[in-house]
Amino acid sequence: MIWEWSISWLALPDDLWRVLSLRDYNTRVVVLGTALLGAAAGVIGSFALLRKRALLGDALSHAMLPGIALAYLAAVWLGAEGKSVPLLLFGATLSGLLGTCCVLGIRHWTRLKEDAALSIVLSVFFGAGVALLGIVQQTARGHAAGLESFVFGKASALAIEDAWVIMGGGLVCVLLVSLFFKEWKLLCFDETFAASNGWPVVGLDWLMMFLIVLISVVGLQAVGLVLMIALLVIPPAAARFWTDDLRTMVWLAGVLGCVSSFGGAIVSALLPRLPSGAMIVLFAGAIFLVSLLLGTRRGVFYQAWQSWSLQQRIQRQHLLRAMFELSELQEVHSGSSVGQPVPVDFERLQAMRSWSKRQLAAEVRRAISAGLVIPLSPSQLRLTAAGQQLAARLVHQHRLWELYLITHAELAPSKVDRDADRIEHVLTPEMIARLERLLNASQQGGSVPVSPHPILPPAAVEPAGGGRP
Amino acid sequence: MNWLWPADWSWQLDGWIILAGVLCAVSAALVGNFLVLRRLSLLGDAISHAVLPGLAIAFLATASRSSWPMFLGAVVAGLVTAGATQWIRTAGKVDEGASLGIVFTCLFAFGLVLIVQAADRVDLDPGCVLYGAIETTPLDQVSWLGWKLPRVVWVLGGVLLLNVLAVGLLFKEFKVSSFDPAMSTALGIPANAMHALLMVLVAITAVASFESVGNILVVAMLVVPPAAAQLISERLGRVIVWSLLIAVISAVLGHWMATVVPRAFGFRAVSTAAMIAVASGLLFLVCFLIGPYQGLLWRWWQRRTTAAEMLAEDVVGWLFRQEEKSAAADTVVRIVEARMGELASSMGVSTTALRRTVNRLARRGLLRNEAGGFQLTAVGRDEGQRVVRAHRLWEQYLVEQAEVPLSRIHEHAERFEHITTARMREALAEQTEGTERDPHGSRIPPEN
Repeated sequence: MIWEWSISWLALPDDLWRVLSLRDYNTRVVVLGTALLGAAAGVIGSFALLRKRALLGDALSHAMLPGIALAYLAAVWLGAEGKSVPLLLFGATLSGLLGTCCVLGIRHWTRLKEDAALSIVLSVFFGAGVALLGIVQQTARGHAAGLESFVFGKASALAIEDAWVIMGGGLVCVLLVSLFFKEWKLLCFDETFAASNGWPVVGLDWLMMFLIVLISVVGLQAVGLVLMIALLVIPPAAARFWTDDLRTMVWLAGVLGCVSSFGGAIVSALLPRLPSGAMIVLFAGAIFLVSLLLGTRRGVFYQAWQSWSLQQRIQRQHLLRAMFELSELQEVHSGSSVGQPVPVDFERLQAMRSWSKRQLAAEVRRAISAGLVIPLSPSQLRLTAAGQQLAARLVHQHRLWELYLITHAELAPSKVDRDADRIEHVLTPEMIARLERLLNASQQGGSVPVSPHPILPPAAVEPAGGGRP
Repeated sequence: MNWLWPADWSWQLDGWIILAGVLCAVSAALVGNFLVLRRLSLLGDAISHAVLPGLAIAFLATASRSSWPMFLGAVVAGLVTAGATQWIRTAGKVDEGASLGIVFTCLFAFGLVLIVQAADRVDLDPGCVLYGAIETTPLDQVSWLGWKLPRVVWVLGGVLLLNVLAVGLLFKEFKVSSFDPAMSTALGIPANAMHALLMVLVAITAVASFESVGNILVVAMLVVPPAAAQLISERLGRVIVWSLLIAVISAVLGHWMATVVPRAFGFRAVSTAAMIAVASGLLFLVCFLIGPYQGLLWRWWQRRTTAAEMLAEDVVGWLFRQEEKSAAADTVVRIVEARMGELASSMGVSTTALRRTVNRLARRGLLRNEAGGFQLTAVGRDEGQRVVRAHRLWEQYLVEQAEVPLSRIHEHAERFEHITTARMREALAEQTEGTERDPHGSRIPPEN
């Protein structure tokens, strides 16, 4: 396992600057090689993530082991040099593709699910690989081959040839992604639609999986199994928290992959006893955690803030509507001029909804500081002009929805209040406009329609202020 | 038989190795069944990687390789993996597979950093964790209660006992919570607690198996036998029994393959653990091919026999119709060899298939080979009459009750006639009010 990254110590750098400026040749190759790999893996990993194939890379990279060992054995048997890199990579690719076929075959022909198919391929292929490696060890030159370290990566001993291979693989990836961006986007979001529009869905899918195999093959020998999985999965998942746009997500995943590889490799070069592969994974993990918490689209804090501010808005809208309806009631009762804000008793306001005195007082304070409500005396308050306008709009929306429910959904007038109470906060201007058009006939003019049901809850109705029709 | 049973096998060595393999495979398969059922197979992979930091911390804290802290560390790590995965999935709405991938790679990397940091103090053989060292089983023996057994056998035996007890006592609870967590909660079985318990069992099994088979090959033991068993049966109890059987066979077969097969090619033995994984893969392949109802060969055979059966019915039906037409002329209708090709192409099959079917019908006594041709026997005529009756009843029914256009009824009736039982014919006759003639004007033969 330790040689999954084959930790060999980098010479301790003299100072930070020497590492950061990449003056050291070895450091330069390692840092740039892994950074490139991180970028390419992030880009292709984004599509894998959206296709819900994040762990296909996991199964594939394990499935490559028998191919590598067989390629070596075949080469030795034919009398060629077993350690030839292209040959081994070819074996790995074939075996990886065979593994993919097995995963798809198991899913297609049995009831077993994706996870079982992936685990079966992963472990059985890996077992075959370990057994074949046992044979390789016994061949005359097997020990010299050092196939294991070749397989499980050597991030901190990356050679310039490996960097070139990574660069080539990465370029192919980026090129194909930019060529097939639109097709894959469609495939990720609506496979059935793509198929019905005549896109070669199966071919596109295979091309995508081939790219995952390719980048894993290229990366495996450089950075090892676990790191390869991490680079394919973590940066795209982190990028997803920051954006809803696929294009942004893909390049952001590339950048994040690049940054975590760069950071991990630098830290590992700077400090003793920190294997570069593990540091890259931990760097990527830290970036993921930050994204999970702070991401501006799906982050935990963003979501919490969203729901908190929605709650605030709902509370305020409840207060304004309650004040408006109460003053409406008093106008009718006292026969004063219509449309002018009327002082409202705090006590009666509290009776309008099931809110505690504290909640209501806090909400009133916030509304006062927002300039929507004016306190007249300790127990009386009144809507300002702005507050009145806003409240009128809210009540208008609320009653439109109620009318809609009564006339079009055939609900009883006594049932509509609660439903409208929930929906009024999320009605969009377009929906209001449609409702207005729809209900034009049933409106009796004026900006605020008349409430179709008694406004005060039955328990709160006073004999004098009785419900209105 | 020399190559089958190598001369240098001894129960003192190979017996213990096989026993360790069997214990490992059986205890893993037992809990693995529920992992596969819950679609959490990859969690086995994740946990077996993620226990590394737990092991490392246990090493660092106690500076020893004693088993108990190791187990505790591994169990905690396993629970952390399951919990963190769950949290990332719900809080971040990340896809299940991806959240697993994130958690286990990070924990694994963390464990690796810990181990490297403490490389001086800790003697942890990485090869052992990755590949296992089941071959060294007989070397390390421990006496307990007057029994001298290999330490690995003690440990794995204990784990097996634990798993058997847990699954045996809580079988119903595991079953309900795996199939329907909501119902399980409604029944008063805490689904979350069952989930956590399963994770603990998997973590314990994975850690105990590390030493013998390594952390990736244990995934094969957790997932492959239960998956193969699911291809054999559909009842959970039977699936579990089958999975245990497959686990035992794969362990024995694996050791045999590891020792015997390489020798056939002039090499020394290879890792038994790896070969156990390969053997279970082969058994899975066998189930995949011949498993009842789902196996590829099974389904192919089913399709073949159904097609042959339908062709046979078409042949007797055809003969019956021909006899009907020539009833007046009082000639015997025969299928003669010379015209077989013509008949076959009109039925849309190959001549070989038709000839095979005719021969089989003759063997079954529905046709009689006489004067160079095949003609219906009394039994065959009855069968033909049933087929034709079904066909014409269907045509009548489709026109009368289902209002299918006249031009389309034949193709439907052609398919339905093969699946129509006596009771269905009766019902059809009732529905068509005992009509004598079908829409084409042919007589509907009576039931015989």
